[in-house]
Amino acid sequence: MNLIKLLFKNAFRHKLRTYLTILGMTIAILAFGLLRTVVSAWYAGVEASSANRLVTRNAISLIFSLPISYKDKIRQVEGVKQVSYGTWFGGIYIDEKNFFANFAMELKTYLELYPELIISPDQEAALLRDRRGAVVGRKLAERFGWKLGDVVTLKGTIFPGNWELIIRAIYKGRDKSTDESQLIFHWDYINETLKKTIPRRADQVGFFVIGISNPNQAAEASAAVDKLFKNSLAETLTETEKAFQMSFVSMTEAIVIAIQLVSFVIIIIIMAVVANTMAMAARERTGEYAILKALGFGGWYIAALIFGESLVITGIGCALGIAATFPAAKAFGDAMGAFFPIFNVAGETIYMDIASFIIVGVVAAIVPTVRTVNIRIADGLRKIG
Amino acid sequence: MAIPVYYSFRNLFTRRLTTILTASGMALVVFVFAAIMMLAEGLQKTLVETGSYDNAIVIRKASKSEVQSGVERAQAAIVETQPEVMLGADGRPLLAKEVVVLISLPKRGSEKQSNVVIRGISGSSLLLRPQIRLVEGHMPRPGSSEIIAGQSIARRFRGGGIGETLRFGMRDWTVVGIFDAGNTGFGSEIWGDSDQLMQAFRRPVYSSVTFKMRDPSEFEKLKARLETDPRLTVDVSRETQYYADQSEVMAKFLRIMGMSLTIIFSLGAVIGAMITMYSAVANRVGEIGTLRALGFNRRSILAAFIMESLLLSFIGGCIGLFFASFMQLFTISTMNFQTFSELAFSFSLSFEIIWQSLLFSLVMGLAGGLLPAIKASRMNIVEALRAN
Repeated sequence: MNLIKLLFKNAFRHKLRTYLTILGMTIAILAFGLLRTVVSAWYAGVEASSANRLVTRNAISLIFSLPISYKDKIRQVEGVKQVSYGTWFGGIYIDEKNFFANFAMELKTYLELYPELIISPDQEAALLRDRRGAVVGRKLAERFGWKLGDVVTLKGTIFPGNWELIIRAIYKGRDKSTDESQLIFHWDYINETLKKTIPRRADQVGFFVIGISNPNQAAEASAAVDKLFKNSLAETLTETEKAFQMSFVSMTEAIVIAIQLVSFVIIIIIMAVVANTMAMAARERTGEYAILKALGFGGWYIAALIFGESLVITGIGCALGIAATFPAAKAFGDAMGAFFPIFNVAGETIYMDIASFIIVGVVAAIVPTVRTVNIRIADGLRKIG
Repeated sequence: MAIPVYYSFRNLFTRRLTTILTASGMALVVFVFAAIMMLAEGLQKTLVETGSYDNAIVIRKASKSEVQSGVERAQAAIVETQPEVMLGADGRPLLAKEVVVLISLPKRGSEKQSNVVIRGISGSSLLLRPQIRLVEGHMPRPGSSEIIAGQSIARRFRGGGIGETLRFGMRDWTVVGIFDAGNTGFGSEIWGDSDQLMQAFRRPVYSSVTFKMRDPSEFEKLKARLETDPRLTVDVSRETQYYADQSEVMAKFLRIMGMSLTIIFSLGAVIGAMITMYSAVANRVGEIGTLRALGFNRRSILAAFIMESLLLSFIGGCIGLFFASFMQLFTISTMNFQTFSELAFSFSLSFEIIWQSLLFSLVMGLAGGLLPAIKASRMNIVEALRAN
């Protein structure tokens, strides 16, 4: 008990220096936490995907379409429970900086396949009844102040023209990882229009979403679907939803790696700062430690004093940093909603915060401890200041 | 009377461990600062060099990028007959009707797929882009299943090297040449004959029409006329502007990320410098008193400590910059969010980044050293001398 009291007394002997070091540690943990959260936001789509869903797209690349006639063939594959289809719409709402994800899907089957989108039954009925109807996420509706019945015009980039949609439903996410900032409307609306304007692009879908009854059969079902269309004009590539989402992440892998590296750099920087503080503290107290040694306290006791002090400083900084991470992440997530629809601090991040404060505290104390423990008592006593 | 700089330097040297720790913290911050600036600069350079000011590019209205665009043959023919299009030596217009699509290819060494731009070119495509040079093999013969690959594709994607084949559109395509596109985005593309590719992809429309203007100053007039022509539904932009727009989001992302990181990191380093300088002052109270007693005035003391802090940060800045300069050896390849395709660009160090990084490190030193130096200069001579 006395030891812990002594650690705190020692740590706060040089108040200004300790406060500055704690502040540095707080900033570092905060920055580290935010960067890790950015990385997990990157993987949000992968996290939210279900093992029960497969995605089939054109084997050449996502920008090529597949004929709608594939739907019935896919449904006959063993293990396939439900098939939905649609396309990435990529429409712009007023200005490009208002970016949000928007898809045109076959909504009835889509909502069955995505039980994590929660819609009240009367809104769902209204949505399915209106071909120009659209369902939007709660966050997206808040962002633009949309209410049920509002008319939203999207400017098509892939599908030319202005597309008028009517908000018929607003969904809530079942899980924390569900993206609540999407807009989804009827694929039929696009298709019926294309039949009139660009007939050659009608009856084509961007991808199929397949619901399977048993996740363990994902590999077999994928292979069976792809085999159906082998050597056809539009060969398919079927993978689990997770793998499909992962392919987007791996395309921007370089950025994720850079952010991860940078998050470790901040820890190294703070390590240098804390090590500096501990080196100074130990240097000032060389005489005291020599007296302790002369009184018969062993090297381990001195080591415990220095390591303990270092951990007290980094620990306080870490606690403050973690406490600040949550409001900061909320503010950051609100400000950057367009880039990162899901911005939640993961539990793992907190564990990494704790691990890094222990590592920083220990590493920072090594050199001062070795110096202090090895100094001869007489030399230590002679040293002043 | 000023205290010699040598005094400040000796002080840093005496407390080597502290100096090294503080300077290395600053070095890391300057390293991150410089690296991000170099990345943004590299991206900028790639995009600026990709487009040419004399060229104009025509895509479908509101489609934003070539990949999403579609220009009907009839519309392309109308653009071709505009008087502003420059004629080549053979009397034919310097104009390329191109088809641009994405295909996903596996990277070498890993099975990870990434989207690569494949461009169907026509006769004038090369003439419009003087930056591009064939370094190996030959150009694809019109009417054949031959393609050429940019150096960055040949190196990083399986099937992209010379003599290798890629399979798409129910055909095998042989890579018969490798081209060097300098620092441009074309280095991340594959080129083939446009008619063959349109056939293979069952895509009967062009993606874009690019041409060289007879007189670049006529652009505004031409743009206004083409965009209001009732027969056309197109957007016309200068090639330079087009490519700058293509990576606006990426550039913005780098800028925001870079700025916020740099600010947070520099706070950490400033705190480190402050701790070091406060202790440098605290350890030398007697010395400061002696200097004052010898006749050095308050301003000299202030200057000496600020000088010490600036020296410290300058050392850190130089170390950081030294290591950052090695980043030039690396190339980043990632997906451009807007075009949805691979884009490779390098870290690029410019003179501007060098002085900005050094200035940045000095500012950090000043911010960290100012308060301690003021504290030192305000000390009372008698009390300071008694402290020993």
